[in-house]
Amino acid sequence: MPSKNNSPSLTAAAPVPGKGQSVLRKLKKSALLYVMFLPVIVYYIVFHYAPMAGIVIAFKDYNAFKGIWASPWVGFKHFEAFFTTPYFGRLIRNTFLISFYGLIFGFPAPIILALLLNELKDGKFKKVTQTISYLPHFVSSVVIASMLVQFLSPGNGMINNMIEALGGTRTYFLNDPKYFRTIFTLMNIWKGVGWGSIIYLAALTGIDSELYEACIIDGGGRLRQTWHITLPGIANTIVIMLIFRVGDLLSVSSDMIILLYNPAIYETSDVISSYVYRRGLVEADYSFSTAVGLFNSIIALILLTTTNAIAKKYSDTSLW
Amino acid sequence: MIQKAMSRRVFEVFNILFMICLSIVMLYPFIFVLSASLSGNAYVSAGQVTLLPKGFNVNAYKAVLGYKVVWQGYRNTILYTVVGTAVNLIITMLGAYPLSRPDFYGKNIFTFFIAVTMIFSGGLIPNFLVVRGLGLYDSMWALILPGALSTMNMIIMRTFFQGIPDALEEAATIDGCSDLQILVKIILPLSIPSIMTIGMFYAVSHWNSWFGAMIYLRDSEKYPLQLVLRQIVLQNQVNDLLANNVGTTIEDSTNLIAETIKYAVIMVAVIPILCVYPFIQKYFVKGTMVGSIKG
Repeated sequence: MPSKNNSPSLTAAAPVPGKGQSVLRKLKKSALLYVMFLPVIVYYIVFHYAPMAGIVIAFKDYNAFKGIWASPWVGFKHFEAFFTTPYFGRLIRNTFLISFYGLIFGFPAPIILALLLNELKDGKFKKVTQTISYLPHFVSSVVIASMLVQFLSPGNGMINNMIEALGGTRTYFLNDPKYFRTIFTLMNIWKGVGWGSIIYLAALTGIDSELYEACIIDGGGRLRQTWHITLPGIANTIVIMLIFRVGDLLSVSSDMIILLYNPAIYETSDVISSYVYRRGLVEADYSFSTAVGLFNSIIALILLTTTNAIAKKYSDTSLW
Repeated sequence: MIQKAMSRRVFEVFNILFMICLSIVMLYPFIFVLSASLSGNAYVSAGQVTLLPKGFNVNAYKAVLGYKVVWQGYRNTILYTVVGTAVNLIITMLGAYPLSRPDFYGKNIFTFFIAVTMIFSGGLIPNFLVVRGLGLYDSMWALILPGALSTMNMIIMRTFFQGIPDALEEAATIDGCSDLQILVKIILPLSIPSIMTIGMFYAVSHWNSWFGAMIYLRDSEKYPLQLVLRQIVLQNQVNDLLANNVGTTIEDSTNLIAETIKYAVIMVAVIPILCVYPFIQKYFVKGTMVGSIKG
């Protein structure tokens, strides 16, 4: 296939292919592409790089009238304030425990589902089950939170009705700190298990069927096939997903938390991101909450890099 | 051998039963909400609705459709979804096309420039200050411009574009087409299915989003449907808290919104998604796989 550079008209236009000239020529040739790309660059500068620069207010006492640059520097004052607030331990504990439960219970769930779906022989039944399991992924957080609040309502919620019918007592689940993490973890599994299984199912289709045949000839049952062929076959995908998951151990998205929590259960439900939201946007304490957010991203970055390094050392699989 | 076949059989039956249970767990909440929204309020309050509506009526829907805020929310959500998705698609294509071209000089620098933003971000407050600084506070553009482009979706679209044979573009170049003409006349018509896929990604996320609206919109007339739903169902929980904890029914506490109405509002917010999702989910699956392989 002839490349564009060899087309006669272009070679004729540049009789002396000097190095500087060729860069200029390449730039000129892509001129319209640059014009097209310009809005994209502007977008990234304004909505990604400008906020990154805005992080400096974590080291300043931001004053809306003075603006970001004229506000006075205060060094690590806000970080110190955060480390010494009585909420520091609680926030770290809640954030860690919520993601830890997600890791222990939520991470294996889609893998198990993918393995079980893979065992289904009836293609149509498998497809229908898969499609149904994706449903919660498409539903908004507000709808899910609304349903949860309605179902758990102490007055006439469906779940409390069932509990009472079975002889238990009605409980105001969302108002009792001891239930929050369980509810949150179960809800996340319900929401994500189907969708999460897609990536493992895709990895499963990549396994060479000859391996299974060889195993069957050797007298290996289904369980042995799963253990010796299927799991190693998707191990890379599992490790990559695990790196992301461990890297996120101290990042819980505020989205669902804000919809579900209330002051009565802050004790177990308030996480770093929801605290940043409350202090920053509800109480307009911009510098302090930027510092808290920055602390959180630095920890997340360290966790991600460390996990990646460990994975690289022990499993030959890594993100970079 | 027979024992093996037997245990295999048992496993298969259990597996099918498990999948049926899983489907019920996924679907039942929605079925319950639908039935409760179509039942008599007294039955819902007394907890007598389990699967099918009791005391069937559509009064709750009549009441919900009588709320101005619900209509307003619907109108706003449709507006934000349509305008937002259009902006998303234009910017995404403008980014994906040059990146898909092997001869785009400086591609590596731009890729790096974009990749950095996938690892580092300013965080909630700096983003908020930028949006406010641009004068977008309390405007619909605050919900559209900050998310005008999703890097992931741009990478997916670039991958789709790369799948188009180079020979076509070369032929067009020889015929004297400019890059813009190639994009509009060759790439776009060939990529309609992929553009629709990415468009659906964006549209669903606009339809479902609420956080941006909560932090950027002050005027409640601009609230999208999700935020209206939150006000009606979730923030009413405060009343529930103040009211008697156990056995509260609508008849004895006028400050509570009828339960059936809450269920009807949830239904109204989720029906469009329930209707389209069986048809669009396969495009989502396809896009997700492309994204996970390349990402």
